[in-house]
Amino acid sequence: MSAAYGRTVTTDTGFAAGTVAGTTQPVRRRTSRPHYRLRRYAMEALAMAFGLVLAVWSVLPLYNMWMIALDSHNDVFSGAIWPENPTLESFRVVVTQDFWYLARFWHQFGNSFYVGLSVMFLTLAIGSLASFTVGRMRMRHGWMLSNAALMTYVIPASFLAIPMYRIMQIYGLTNNLSSVILALTTFATPYAIFIFSQYGKSIPMELDESARIDGANPLQIYLRIYLPLMAPALVAVGTYALLLAWNEYLYNFLLLSTPESMTVAVALAQFLNSDESPWNFMMATAIIYAMPPIILYYGFRRYMAAGLTMGGVKG
Amino acid sequence: MSSSQQVVGFRPPTAFSRLWPAPWFGGLQGSDTAWAIAFVVPYVAIFAAFVIYPTVYGLWMGSDPSLYSLLFSDPRYLTTLVNTLLFVAIGVNVKMFLAFLLSGFFMSRSWWVRSLLAIYLLPWALPGLTVFLSIHYMLVTEWGLLDSLWRAVTGEDGPLFLVSTPIAMAANIVSYIWKWMPFWTLIFLASRMAIPQDIYEAAEIDGATGYRRLVHVTFPLLANVYLICTLLSTVWTLGDFPTVYFVSGGAPARLTDVLATYGFHEAFDFGYPNLGVAAMMSALPILIPLVILLMRRIRVTGVQL
Repeated sequence: MSAAYGRTVTTDTGFAAGTVAGTTQPVRRRTSRPHYRLRRYAMEALAMAFGLVLAVWSVLPLYNMWMIALDSHNDVFSGAIWPENPTLESFRVVVTQDFWYLARFWHQFGNSFYVGLSVMFLTLAIGSLASFTVGRMRMRHGWMLSNAALMTYVIPASFLAIPMYRIMQIYGLTNNLSSVILALTTFATPYAIFIFSQYGKSIPMELDESARIDGANPLQIYLRIYLPLMAPALVAVGTYALLLAWNEYLYNFLLLSTPESMTVAVALAQFLNSDESPWNFMMATAIIYAMPPIILYYGFRRYMAAGLTMGGVKG
Repeated sequence: MSSSQQVVGFRPPTAFSRLWPAPWFGGLQGSDTAWAIAFVVPYVAIFAAFVIYPTVYGLWMGSDPSLYSLLFSDPRYLTTLVNTLLFVAIGVNVKMFLAFLLSGFFMSRSWWVRSLLAIYLLPWALPGLTVFLSIHYMLVTEWGLLDSLWRAVTGEDGPLFLVSTPIAMAANIVSYIWKWMPFWTLIFLASRMAIPQDIYEAAEIDGATGYRRLVHVTFPLLANVYLICTLLSTVWTLGDFPTVYFVSGGAPARLTDVLATYGFHEAFDFGYPNLGVAAMMSALPILIPLVILLMRRIRVTGVQL
């Protein structure tokens, strides 16, 4: 009796406190004196001004890209804040491959996609298999594997660039897209293992046990139980790997140098070393190159944010 | 998946069922072992071929002591070291601190702050190559966007940014902050959201509001995340390549190079790959302790970033 009484009292007060907290604020706001309201508006205006500064800061270089791309001059900046005769001519040049640097543009665009998708699939496959073995099957000495992965994740990739270049020559893979795919998969997989083992902890182990009792072998458990339940983590890591491969420059540049094998990143940076500098073509190329990541980012933002909270993203 | 729970080290109960010994825990048997080996072989193979082999190869390339005396006799290398130190120390700390403060700003639920967040995250979403090239062209001539704005406001010609070493270095650091601050803001935002609301309510009853709430409640709760993020970012930034390579390009006269770009130029422009590796390896005395510290912190606290 007394216990029941106690329970009703606590829930009642809890409930009452919730409603009071919910309603007092608007009430207080309505009855507040004018100078309080004024101060609140001032604060809001200040915050908005700050937000405006932040927005300008964020888009200024992007605005610059558009401005140069829309400029009709090839090699001279007009020095204006907005081009005098804005034209989409440079986009036409890029899309129709009408400039000698861009002669293979769509082929290179395809290369970038091929590299990105391959890195994504390899990372997902290799990473999920490894974390399944370590996290679910609890293989002996599995901790060594996760430590090795964590170590690779933490060390900057650029430190391995020079030896990696040599190694790829030894493997005979230079100017072959698979060299970049393998190198970038190596750098993306540790993050995948890290995220998968964190996320895998939330999947009850009893599922594996009951499947075992029903006679499933490890491959079946991996395919039918583990992978479907890991779907959110797979999406997060997949977008991460795709973006990593698409945005990467250093390894693409070192390992791919023929127009046939180049990806867009390499082709784009080629403009920088040329004597004639058609900056508007370059920026038009850059904008087209940046489109897939933007689309992916706005499409998968929620998943990526979820992935972020599970682990940092290496840029 | 509740992202909030992931952040503050909430541990979902790992299912160690003691009553019912799981079939494959504590030593795999028979065909299970074969499956386990088959499952890890791809990763082990990739790790051996593309991490261990290049690492050993790199250590071998940079093992000659004469390389280091050559390196330290190069005044450009010493400039590079100072630059790297400045780049990492200023870039990482300013970025982290601003990101921490801005994450508080973005906690606001109003519609315009939310849409601002989508714009604010753009630098992070775009490929570094494209935005750094754009910044490069804002700075490289007298007719870039910044100078045009300068002219529009003051009526005079603006400065040439990339002929002055301090300005070029500052441009690198600012571009780096511009590119990476949104990402860390997002991390701090997620961690802030994971702080239970009742802690704030209790603090408010005790009279902690405004900056006191920030200093005495929010920051202590996020200190660990802040430390790990700073360490991680420091390690990554030590090897940062694209920022300096594209924004200043080392201009003027290779005086703003950092280690990664210095090693790159030595190896691929001047044809001394061993010297390039040695330059990278000279960062190991800083890098290794940082990595050990970082890995310990990640393991001990169990905080996921």
